[in-house]
Amino acid sequence: MIQVEHLTVRYGDKVALDDVSLSIPRTGVTALVGPSGCGKTTLLRVLGGLMQPQQGTISGLTPAETAFLFQENRLLPWRTVLQHLTDVAPRHPSVEPQHWLSLVELEWEEGSYPTALSGGMARRLALGRCLALERDVLLLDEPFTGVDPQRAQRILQRLRDLGKPVILVAHEPHLTQSCDRVVELK
Amino acid sequence: MSPKLRNMLFRVAIPLAVWLGVWQLAAWWVGRDLLLPAPASVAACLVELGQTPEFWLSALSTLARVVCGLVGGVVLGTLLAFLTHFSLWADRIFSPAIRVLRATPVVCFILLVYLWVARANIPGLIAGMMVLPVVWGSLTAGLKAVDGQLLELARSYGFSRLKTLRLIYLPSLRPHFTAALLNGFGLAWKSGVAAEVLCPPKFAIGSSIQQARQALETPELFAWTAVIVFLSLVLEGLLGLWLKPRGEGAT
Repeated sequence: MIQVEHLTVRYGDKVALDDVSLSIPRTGVTALVGPSGCGKTTLLRVLGGLMQPQQGTISGLTPAETAFLFQENRLLPWRTVLQHLTDVAPRHPSVEPQHWLSLVELEWEEGSYPTALSGGMARRLALGRCLALERDVLLLDEPFTGVDPQRAQRILQRLRDLGKPVILVAHEPHLTQSCDRVVELK
Repeated sequence: MSPKLRNMLFRVAIPLAVWLGVWQLAAWWVGRDLLLPAPASVAACLVELGQTPEFWLSALSTLARVVCGLVGGVVLGTLLAFLTHFSLWADRIFSPAIRVLRATPVVCFILLVYLWVARANIPGLIAGMMVLPVVWGSLTAGLKAVDGQLLELARSYGFSRLKTLRLIYLPSLRPHFTAALLNGFGLAWKSGVAAEVLCPPKFAIGSSIQQARQALETPELFAWTAVIVFLSLVLEGLLGLWLKPRGEGAT
């Protein structure tokens, strides 16, 4: 179980998270939902160790075991689709990088550069790269932005089949309905 | 006419013909080779010079000095840019010195270095000293502009320093490096030849220019200047081709 206790995060004078406490099981897919600006991304970033809270603690999760999908794609224009995956894969990967490409339905784009990809394809490449890290917990910030609903559903099902805990920020109701649990931030 | 040929005609041949025409008219109007030689006199002088071994030895020696200075300035400027970007103390110590180097007129350095260094080494050293601040300034600006989001991704995904350098810093710096190299090359030529004129080594374009000036051989002065311009343009073109981004994902 991942325990978040009395978490407070401020950006200058602005409070992003105010004394938030919650528990997230380390199984299945958990969706973080809530209105824009409620602190979903901030919570995910704190869970991934990308920022330190001013107050509060997190237990049951270490940053080293998380693979973080950023809200922006952050692709490298000078690397091909396949290179994006091989660049981040562990020294002895359990599967070939092509496995992750087929999981995100990009197997035909191995040699393409990011500039040649559509918005949805670029998003799926960013997700594929995150999976190629082969870490134990997936933290995904709006993973299906620009991806058509049917494809997003298929990929979400494959993520679930990996058997790893997934915590994702999502706005789309059809996706949150497919998650194992929904945590609402206000 | 093919588009390539038409392009050559409009971009090179016609402007060149216009300026040669202006030069010829001015030479007729002046009427004295000593003050302004005609293009034909300069061409004849160039052909005559080209038949002597000293001409080729001088041109190649100057070229070698300028290239050595350029390479030295680029290597040192690049190392210093990384050092001053990543180390606060290196920034405090080296950045003011490099800014002083950038602001000092080249002639001051030439005359100063003349006291300390063998004549044959001065042009290369001066060329390097002029290139260094240009490369440093351009790469420092480039390093500051590297996308912070990509660097955060590198940290989060556990990239080593070497991998971050190879996959993020170097490709991001490529346009800055290209601009610095092309600007630095022009500077290296100008400052290198100026150093040769003021501290003439045995075989050098600058020494030949100085000799032509002292002998009032104005056509020869023009001929050597044409050699400098020609070599500079050809090498700049080759450098541009070498630095040209290749492939779809090139920067």
